[in-house]
Amino acid sequence: MASNEEILAGLAEIVNEETGLAADAVELDKSFTEDLDIDSISMMTIVVNAEEKFGVRIPDEEVKNLKTVGDAVSFIANAQA
Amino acid sequence: MTRKVVITGLGATTPIGGDVPTMWKNALKGVSGARTLEDDWVAKYELPVHFAARCSTPALSVLSRVEAKRMDPSTQFGVIAAREAWADSGITEVDHDRFAVAFATGIGGVWTLLDAWDTLKEKGPRRVLPMTVPMLMPNGVAAAVSLDLGARAGAHTPVSACASGTEALHLGLDLIRSGKADVVMCGGAEAAIHPMPLAAFSSMQALSRRNDDPEHASRPYDLGRDGFVMGEGAGALVLEAEEHALARGARIYAELAGTSVTSDSYHITAPDPEGLGATRALKAAMFDGRIQAEDVVHVNAHATSTPVGDKPEYTALRAALGSHVDDVAVSATKSQMGHLLGASGAVEAVLTVLAVYERKAPLTINLENQDPEIPLDVVTSSRDLPAGDIVALSNSFGFGGHNAVIAVRSV
Repeated sequence: MASNEEILAGLAEIVNEETGLAADAVELDKSFTEDLDIDSISMMTIVVNAEEKFGVRIPDEEVKNLKTVGDAVSFIANAQA
Repeated sequence: MTRKVVITGLGATTPIGGDVPTMWKNALKGVSGARTLEDDWVAKYELPVHFAARCSTPALSVLSRVEAKRMDPSTQFGVIAAREAWADSGITEVDHDRFAVAFATGIGGVWTLLDAWDTLKEKGPRRVLPMTVPMLMPNGVAAAVSLDLGARAGAHTPVSACASGTEALHLGLDLIRSGKADVVMCGGAEAAIHPMPLAAFSSMQALSRRNDDPEHASRPYDLGRDGFVMGEGAGALVLEAEEHALARGARIYAELAGTSVTSDSYHITAPDPEGLGATRALKAAMFDGRIQAEDVVHVNAHATSTPVGDKPEYTALRAALGSHVDDVAVSATKSQMGHLLGASGAVEAVLTVLAVYERKAPLTINLENQDPEIPLDVVTSSRDLPAGDIVALSNSFGFGGHNAVIAVRSV
């Protein structure tokens, strides 16, 4: 079980690895597409890497609901609970 | 009247230099890019061949990590070479709708394909990267170059095995002559130093087995030749309509005077022993460029160093050039950098253009006992090409019976 802060830090690391964005730019209220300019292919890579890192499953149909970084953190936290 | 096409930019990343100036300096010096492979997979799979010619500058030292992640290694090499050629051309503004790409590969994204297959078997379908398809597709390199440089008049990928890079120039010339484009980024890229292609080329007895002496393994025309050495990398050339180049005051290296492509229809891998397809290709390229045998002073030969391949090319050169072939300086540059497969024609085109522009022929190394059945004037030591109007040819032949020839004329 990871805390929300740990999940955010872990996600930021994955986003940095995939896109080169600075990890501290990955904040809870940021939209993946609007603010971070992440396309659908990068998003799927991030999702799969997050699944492995946090030991959760994020169904494909759920991915479109993860609009902000905060949405993803909440989903992962709930999935781990 | 046919539009004249000139070459105004050159780029390369190869086993003997990560850019054109380094490659050219080494090509005139005579060095070998072949090295023993240190990878654990050589022993793991008990590969019969333990060496290859890797690019001297790793792609990751040129491209950013994030940029490289979305490209197969072959595309990484292609983009590096294309960027160098583009910068070298000095073009600062271009009509993007009149700018095309003809960028070849022989095999395409073999690393991506096989890594994804390993991932599928080991970790399941969820872990297969979403970028797998655009990275493995053979047109990936042409698409990446088009995206990178803003070319919107079509991005083409000629695929004809080891003739691919030369065929890209053939296509590029056509695109400009026919008025479909004013500028074409031509090239070829390959990255196949992977255990599977090494095993496959070995099993067809195409690779040299000189494991104890990699630097002397690629020896075109030598009696001791026993196969080619796998290389990797990319070459790129900016083709431009002459009037377009003149209008911007460009530095013009040479004219791409003529090209040709023929097919043997003889055997899927073996060259026609009489070199008939290659002869037709040589004659057609000369006809296309209005070139007489006496105009030709230099040939960058295909010459892979296989026992069966080198001689039919000689037969074809004699058939096409007649007795004048004895006065032609022939360079077999695969002796230095190995065989870059689908990239070889593009890299050798860069060398051929520089030979005409600098009036110097690159060296052939490892020629100790020249095969008496191939009595060519092979350039093994520093050689100047004559002043005045000169023409050089570059040949490429590929599995499938593909023959492609370009003719480069001084300006």
